[in-house]
Amino acid sequence: MTIGEQHIVKSYDVELGKLGDALARMGGLAETQLASAIQALENRDGELAGEVVGGDSRIDSLDTFINEQAIKVLALRAPVADDLRTVVTALKIAGEVERIGDLAANVAKRSLVLNQLPPVAQTRSVSRLGRLSLAMVKDVLDAYLGGDAERALVVRDRDQELDEIHSALFREILTYMMEDPRTITPCSHLLFIAKNLERIGDHATNIAEMTHFRITGKALSEERIKCDTTASLTGMPGHDEL
Amino acid sequence: MPDQGPPSPKMTARHLAVRYGGKLALKDVDLDIAAGRVTALIGPSGCGKSTFLRCLNRMNDTIPGASVTGEVTLDGEPVYGQGGLDPVLLRARVGMVFQRPNPFPKTIYDNVAFGPRLMGLCREGADMDAVVQSSLESAGLWNEVKDRLGTKGTGLSGGQQQRLCIARAIAVGPEVILMDEPCSALDPIATAKIEELIDSLRDHYTIVIVTHSMQQAARVSQITAFFHLGAIIEVGATEQVFTAPAKELTQGYITGRFG
Repeated sequence: MTIGEQHIVKSYDVELGKLGDALARMGGLAETQLASAIQALENRDGELAGEVVGGDSRIDSLDTFINEQAIKVLALRAPVADDLRTVVTALKIAGEVERIGDLAANVAKRSLVLNQLPPVAQTRSVSRLGRLSLAMVKDVLDAYLGGDAERALVVRDRDQELDEIHSALFREILTYMMEDPRTITPCSHLLFIAKNLERIGDHATNIAEMTHFRITGKALSEERIKCDTTASLTGMPGHDEL
Repeated sequence: MPDQGPPSPKMTARHLAVRYGGKLALKDVDLDIAAGRVTALIGPSGCGKSTFLRCLNRMNDTIPGASVTGEVTLDGEPVYGQGGLDPVLLRARVGMVFQRPNPFPKTIYDNVAFGPRLMGLCREGADMDAVVQSSLESAGLWNEVKDRLGTKGTGLSGGQQQRLCIARAIAVGPEVILMDEPCSALDPIATAKIEELIDSLRDHYTIVIVTHSMQQAARVSQITAFFHLGAIIEVGATEQVFTAPAKELTQGYITGRFG
């Protein structure tokens, strides 16, 4: 006897395949949404931002599909071993990607408000932060779909860099606001946008950890070093949901 | 995880090999059977799991042409060879439940009392009544049969017959109970009752179960051993084996990718 890639029951492979395809489509959509949101912010492009805000529902409906499909496979196939890990991580990763989509839509929404206000110099730095989080999302989804645990771990390590940049940027924008109170309104929105982008890095990190679990069967237990120091600057909790 | 600490082995097998005539059915198997746990033996047909099970109480002795080499111990005492345990006494300590329920064509009472009578374990009358009742209670059958102990055991439903066979095995006070696919002839409700029973028996007995149902192995056992072509491929905590098996062969088998 030999072990193949395929299951003896072919419809099982079809069902698992549907789950993988939907996740790939969902990930691709979230990447596009995030890229467009950053571009809309940079170029003060209201039309593009509007498309991002309207496009979030497509990610949500894929999330619903993945939930239903995963429950169906769990109920009908009682998956074990790597199949079980595939189904459970698909379910959880879909949730993470859905949040990434929400945060991208929120960035686009705030960029529409910023367009009504005078430009702020720090917008450029925030969009750089955005491109870094976008790269993390792209790499981690590639790692998941390519079954590459090592690559997922590399993404996980990059979150620290993102946190550091975010903290530095937070301080910079705060100083800017203190120097010129007229910038408080746009800068406040920019702070929220930066926070959203930093959160996206956290979701990418969660996906990296689940990718590692799916491939190796080992959960990553060690706590990552948190480099978000913004809480100490403001007395705000570091991971408030926006 | 309700189970704490490393369990001590109730039975051990070392370099265990079995031949049926010229055919090697089991080759060089080492396995510890943990005390007070349920150990599930899984693997495709002909992998040697039932052969292994039958070695534990010398059931292979009754098969012509079968030869067993290697070592099996019960509480450290050798089961085979010179100085080995007497097979009749061994089978009282290591009981067995078979695939198809096989009650004797006798009354329910006599089915359960058969072993204690044969072994001279207790006197007829109140003593025997107590043994029959407690065995049927342990097997979860007492309430269903207490008013018809004088009727034939073969008149019970399949699931009840299987629980009667478990009561019969329990009646002689075994330490280990071997089960060879005890639910394969039963419907899901009778199966669930046997599984619940296995779980409750775990406090007092060490159980080894051979099953073709992956889900049953996952549900009832704490330790799973995967057999393939007469050898053990992987043995470990059931939870580990079913979420992240160490061997590719195990993964292929339990996920249904075995060609």
